[in-house]
This record gives sequence, C-alpha cells and structure tokens, in this order.
Amino acid sequence: MKRFSGLNLFAEAFNGHKGWPEHWPDKAPKAAYDVIIIGAGGHGLGAAYYLAAKYGITNVCVIEKGWLGGGNAGRNTTIIRSNYLYDESAHLYDHAVKLWDGLSQELNYNVMYSKRGVLMLAHNVHDIQSFKRHIHANRLNGVDNEWLSTEACKAYCPPLDISPNARHPVLGGALQRRGGTARHDSVAWGYARGAVARGVDIIQNCAVTGIRRGPDGAVIGVETEKGFIGAKKIGVSAAGSTSLVMRMAGLDFPLESYPLQALVSEPVKPIFPCVVMSNTVHAYISQSDKGELVIGAGTDAYVSYSQRGALHIIEHTLAAICEIFPIFTRMRMLRTWGGIVDVTPDRSPILAKTPVPGLYVNCGWGTGGFKATPGAADLLAHTIAHDAPHAINAPFNLDRFRNGRLIDEAAAAAVAH
Amino acid sequence: MILIHCPYCEEDRPEVEFTYGGEAHIARPLDPGALDDRQWETYLYIRRNPRGAHAERWRHAHGCARFFNAVRDTVTDRFEVTYKTGEPRPAGDTK
Repeated sequence: MKRFSGLNLFAEAFNGHKGWPEHWPDKAPKAAYDVIIIGAGGHGLGAAYYLAAKYGITNVCVIEKGWLGGGNAGRNTTIIRSNYLYDESAHLYDHAVKLWDGLSQELNYNVMYSKRGVLMLAHNVHDIQSFKRHIHANRLNGVDNEWLSTEACKAYCPPLDISPNARHPVLGGALQRRGGTARHDSVAWGYARGAVARGVDIIQNCAVTGIRRGPDGAVIGVETEKGFIGAKKIGVSAAGSTSLVMRMAGLDFPLESYPLQALVSEPVKPIFPCVVMSNTVHAYISQSDKGELVIGAGTDAYVSYSQRGALHIIEHTLAAICEIFPIFTRMRMLRTWGGIVDVTPDRSPILAKTPVPGLYVNCGWGTGGFKATPGAADLLAHTIAHDAPHAINAPFNLDRFRNGRLIDEAAAAAVAH
Repeated sequence: MILIHCPYCEEDRPEVEFTYGGEAHIARPLDPGALDDRQWETYLYIRRNPRGAHAERWRHAHGCARFFNAVRDTVTDRFEVTYKTGEPRPAGDTK
C-alpha cells in the first residue's frame, strides 16, 4: 500500500499520478482460508481489516455477491450517534463512536467524520420527558448528550422554524455534539484498502450459494459461484440477506427484511450545519459536503428485497421536513433509493456466535447500521478471533429471544432507529 | 404505489388504504402452557423472511376494515393472489 501523504502526493504530481497502485486488485479465490467473511460492506470489510490489523489473522477472504460497498454501505444517510437509552446499547454504539474518532488517521484514508452534532427535536411533553431520560441515562454511561432550549435549538440550527404556531412546535431538543456524519463510501474503501494491504483477499461478484458443514457440524467452507472455498471460520455480515445466508447453514433467524428509503436534494450552498432528527414526525436531515440535503425516515411497511420503496413513504417524510423547515419547501429532490435492512424483534443487533461451530453473525442492525460500522467490525473480528464475544457485544446474542432478555430499543425510541 | 385486490370488496385499491399485518398462517398455540422456551421463540420471533413468495396478512383499514391474506413476491413486490382469512394458502406458491 502506498500511503497518502503530502510528500507522496507531491512526488506523484511529477509522475502524472501513475504510480498509485490499485487499492484492491481482482483476485481468484484460494482453495481455503482461515476466515471467510460473507458481505463486503463496511461491517464485513472492517472485520477483515481488524482481523488482520489487530489479531494478525491475514489469511482472510471477503466474499461479496455484488460490488464492494454496494449494499447498505452505499444506501444510508451516514448519521453517526450513540445516544441510546439502555446500557448495553450505549456501550455498543459508543464503542463505534470512539473508533470513528481517529479512523481516518488509522486507515490513512479520509472517511470525513464530521462531528457536527445530532439534534433530536422534542415536539410534545412526552418527547421532552423521554429525551431528558435519555440524556440522564447517556450521561451515566459517559455518553455526551445535553438538553437545548427552543432558542438554543434555533441558534444551533438556524433553518429551524420555532414559531409556536408551527404544526410541530419545537419545545427543545437533545444534542449529542460528538454525533455527526461521515462519508459512507470512504469507510468501505478505506477498510478494503487497509485489509488488502495486510493480505486479505476481496472477491466481488461472487454469490455464496451454500455453507458446507463437516460431520461434527462445524463449518468447513462455502459453496460459491466460483466454486468451493474452504474455511475454518465464517463470519456473516450480509445485512438484509442474512436470513437467506443463515438458512444455508440450517438456521432460522428472528429477522425480517424491509426497504429503508432515503433521498437527496439538488446540491445547494452550505445552509444546514448539523443533523436534525425528529422521532415524533419521523424524519431526519443533514447536508452532505457536496451540498445535497440528505433525508430519510422509517422503513416501508412490508417485507421486501426490492431495494426500492413506496412513493407515499417518501411523501410522508418530505411533508414532515417541509413542516419543520419551511425554508426547504421549494427544494427539488434529485435521487431516491432503498436499502434492505434486517430488523430484529427488539430493534437491537445480533453480534454473536451461532449454534453452528465456526459460524459467526453480525446482523439485525436494522435502520441504524452505518453509525456502528467500526464498532461492529471490531467486535465481529474479536468474536471470530477469540471464538467468544467481547463484553460489549455479549448481550447481543441469539439466546435473548429464547430467555427473554431483550434489549428493547424499539420501545425506548418509539420508532425504528 | 401498488394496487391490492381486497378479496372481500372484490376491488383493486391503492396500497395506502391497507395496513400490513406481518407473516400469515402463524397460529397461536392452542395450549400455551405446554410450550417450552424454544417453541415460544419460534412462535414469537422466528420468521421465514423469504426472497420470493411470501404469505402475509393485510388489513383493508380504509375500506371494509377486514383482515385477509396475500401471497406477494418479495423481490418484485407483485401480488400473486389474495384470499380470505381462514382459507388455506393456495398451492403452488411455496417456493
């Protein structure tokens, strides 16, 4: 790997920038690997990176049915925050936020993590009580979160309409200053480049068609479109397709896959300094560095793998955005897209060993997987390397759906999140 | 927006008139006390989540307000058939 630096950039300028090597050259799969990761999104590539960088396991292959970063890694709204109510969730998501800090330096790749703050608006008395409870719970867990008055919200985010006659009056807000955004593609690319530099193979356009198990039940490899590839351990990080992959190993999962839509406007000059979320009307908005407003909301209603959703969901989202930010009523929307998110019954992820020896899973992130990318990747790598979960992801096991110890963030946030 | 055929109203109506009710044909246990934890887990949480034909419940909330069942392809979102509650899942849609 040729490092990005001022000096290298300067030197390459005399060379027509022809000296930069390919970040992830196409490879033919080897006959066998120590670890195979299924799914080359941010989570899967990150896990491969940490396996190599932290645990010295470099005989690793990441298999992807489409192209690198072409699933939910490229289909989200890039919001980063860790203001979750329950202790388990706060620790999990804050682990990720801590890793976002310094990720660009670690990867020598600019992931454009911007701590512009995530402001969650309160529109009614219930919101105020719920958000203040979140703030206190967060502070007990060492997660920054503070209460802003209506006027302070307006000062922090000038496009807000705080008139008391507004359809959704702003009664205050909860602000996590460490929250913000990052560049989604860069995260996948940065991890891919870092992993390949340490010896990891990335095989794209190669769907996994089966998981082969030995006589003792343990995994011995995967069947793919490019033939059988042996593996001692397999990590599944396949987002919306996780149910299908796990069924190949004979496991039924507590997951349902839904389209989650997002959309961007035409690019405009910098107008929106932070991320604003409103749980009550359920919409969120930020402005990318390109200038587009990035807008999202809840999932579509029904199970689907179509990677597109219904128009009336977008209409509902934009109606809410226009009520809170009348300044945007004449913006034109450029693109919409849908990602397929795998949702668990308690809206908390599953990051655990499975009943099949050698098979590990990272799934169920639902509508909030992007923010967790470095944390999930690190913990999946830890779980695979040690054949045991880290203390942070131990509660996010499969057993909780049997013993009832759910981490019910669905009830805590009152929306999918 | 997709059109959904309500088997009671016998009309194709827009999706916004309906609400989704999750996977169909999950019968509530007749003797709940006899179930062990694994069976409860399966009943409450495990879902087929197929890529292809999916039998699911819908409710014509802004019409006749009745629940019915449908088989829909989860890749194309195309409805293959809708049928009344209590009727068995049509054969040939079990891929």
